[in-house]
Amino acid sequence: MAKLNLSKGKLITLGVLVLLVFFLLWAVQDWHQLWTISSAPDNIPIVAMLFLVPIFTWMGIRQSRANDRLIAQLETDPALAKTHHRKAEPWRPGWAREIHVWPYLVRIEFLVTVIVTVILFVWSILLNAPLEEPANPNLTMNPSKAPWYFLGLQEMLVYFDPWIAGVVMPSVIMIGLMVFPYVDSNPLGNGYYTLKQRRFAVGMFAWGFLMWILLIVIGTFIRGPGWIWFWPGQTWDHNAVVFDKNVDLHDWIATSAIGKTLHLGFLSTNPYKFIFGLLVVSGFYVLGALFFHWLMTVDFKKVSLRPFRWFPKDAFEQKLLARTSVLQYATFQFFAVSVLLAMPVKLILRLALTIKYVWVTPWFNI
Amino acid sequence: MDENPDKKETKQLTGDEKSSASLLEKVKEGTTALKTRAIEEAKGYKDVQETQLWKSIFRVSHDRSDPRNRSLAVLSNVFLHLHPAKVNRDAVRYQYTWGMGGITFYLFIVLTFTGVLLMFYYHPTKVDAFRDILYLEHDVPFGKLLRNMHRWAAHLMVITTWLHMFRVVLTGSYKRPREFNWGVGVVLLVLTLLLSFTGYLLPDDQLGFWAVTVGTNMARATPMFGSEGPFGIQLGMTQYNDVRFGLLGGSIVDSNALLRSYIWHCIGIPLVASIFMAVHFWRIRKDGGISGPAPVMLESEMKAVKKK
Repeated sequence: MAKLNLSKGKLITLGVLVLLVFFLLWAVQDWHQLWTISSAPDNIPIVAMLFLVPIFTWMGIRQSRANDRLIAQLETDPALAKTHHRKAEPWRPGWAREIHVWPYLVRIEFLVTVIVTVILFVWSILLNAPLEEPANPNLTMNPSKAPWYFLGLQEMLVYFDPWIAGVVMPSVIMIGLMVFPYVDSNPLGNGYYTLKQRRFAVGMFAWGFLMWILLIVIGTFIRGPGWIWFWPGQTWDHNAVVFDKNVDLHDWIATSAIGKTLHLGFLSTNPYKFIFGLLVVSGFYVLGALFFHWLMTVDFKKVSLRPFRWFPKDAFEQKLLARTSVLQYATFQFFAVSVLLAMPVKLILRLALTIKYVWVTPWFNI
Repeated sequence: MDENPDKKETKQLTGDEKSSASLLEKVKEGTTALKTRAIEEAKGYKDVQETQLWKSIFRVSHDRSDPRNRSLAVLSNVFLHLHPAKVNRDAVRYQYTWGMGGITFYLFIVLTFTGVLLMFYYHPTKVDAFRDILYLEHDVPFGKLLRNMHRWAAHLMVITTWLHMFRVVLTGSYKRPREFNWGVGVVLLVLTLLLSFTGYLLPDDQLGFWAVTVGTNMARATPMFGSEGPFGIQLGMTQYNDVRFGLLGGSIVDSNALLRSYIWHCIGIPLVASIFMAVHFWRIRKDGGISGPAPVMLESEMKAVKKK
């Protein structure tokens, strides 16, 4: 019998996976409901994404690791760096450095189009595009869901007013994506996979990308009739009623035990509630910016609780920060706090603490 | 051939027997000569690439014994000239690019093709739209397959666009000098989503109707330009003149909305997207081809920031 050679890390991963499977078997009460959702033809792409995103992430990380090892090696040996090849998969003597597009690239392109066409044909033969009853303005679909790639926006409607979720957030995300290359002042990692040289930039994008996918997954698998939260495997109850006891932050504080003892009842009246909300939002921006600044510059390896050391600086990240202009820095902070942080914070406030608005004004509520 | 057999035939009626016999000989001779000549010429057509027709279409005749002339195959072809003649040998490795940008473009072509075919069977009117889909699914040969392919290619295109973007971030390909092209790419991503969304209403079924209702209701809340958005009322916005009214061509999702989304879907957005695609591809070449795989750069080699 072959001896199993498992490292500690792999054993733990395996253990977690087994536990997860058991948890799922225990937690899922209604497999049929889960199957109905996952097998809906329009949901197949998001199910596919659940596999595709990890596969391609793994493919990227694997190449990043190979490059990072090479970089670490060359960084410690300047003499070697002068002569050594600079690619994880090196050029070898006897190989042409350049190849003809015809046929070496064109044949790959042709092959890919054939494969994609075959996939499309098989997919189209096996699964029919959905077609519901004719449009009827008098009969509301429940749940009435947008196509899956917009479910992130629709899910955001739970946490923000429509003007933020439907108009401001999408615009800010779009502009934020466009300015991304202009605020990334790091000259390294141009044209090759690396994580160590670009941990913050890649981390920020991955944060946004995964958050977007997470919102879509919530919208697809969790939201049922009446946009009520049903855990995966829970039966969709069309008569379910949820008593929303959402309160605004100022009321929440004013009516809490602490608020009563401190006589904070005035917070529920204008203009105090306006000033209070303004302070909360400004405070959020300040704290958020500090948080991102910490994330940007901290050396995670040196962080420790005892002795108390939370803010050790990473020398390389400090160097990058020195290259960043004030405008670049401020622009990044604005988009990071307004989207990357505001979204999960409002999600937690709303889902865990049932808080509706943090800033109530006569014109708009946030 | 300078002799015309037909003319000889008419002359033969008026001439004597001798001359007619010699004429017959001449005709036979001429025919044989014509035949041999045709056979000789046909041998020349065996090599298709040497024909006038071929040369007129492909412009350059290649010396196939010389591999350098493979460059001409790319350079002299309108469809392939997007490519350089040669690329870095690592650049064709699938692991680096994942091929997602190319697949996205191919899906756009598939969607245009299937979309044009679908347009033959579809009327963007409240009376016909839903019936046309039923007709397409049950009566048109391969109609169901056509519609399915259009739908799934659209969904796949959204996925491949995202993965393409993800790869560009992981390889830092948006960095100098490709910052602008990344912005063009973001616009293309938004256009892809809008194309998908405008197509959603076209079957005129419950799914599309309510998805578009939910989607355009958000437009009501646009700050300043929406009747229910912040400062909307103060600026005189009602549900009959705000941005949602402009999108739908009315205050409810009805026949005008159907026509508008049809035109945006089939003409407006594809046109705009094509222009942006042209810029996107052109800029890839102008910015020096695909970004890598490039040799790694070291921290110790970072140059100081240029002071203006």
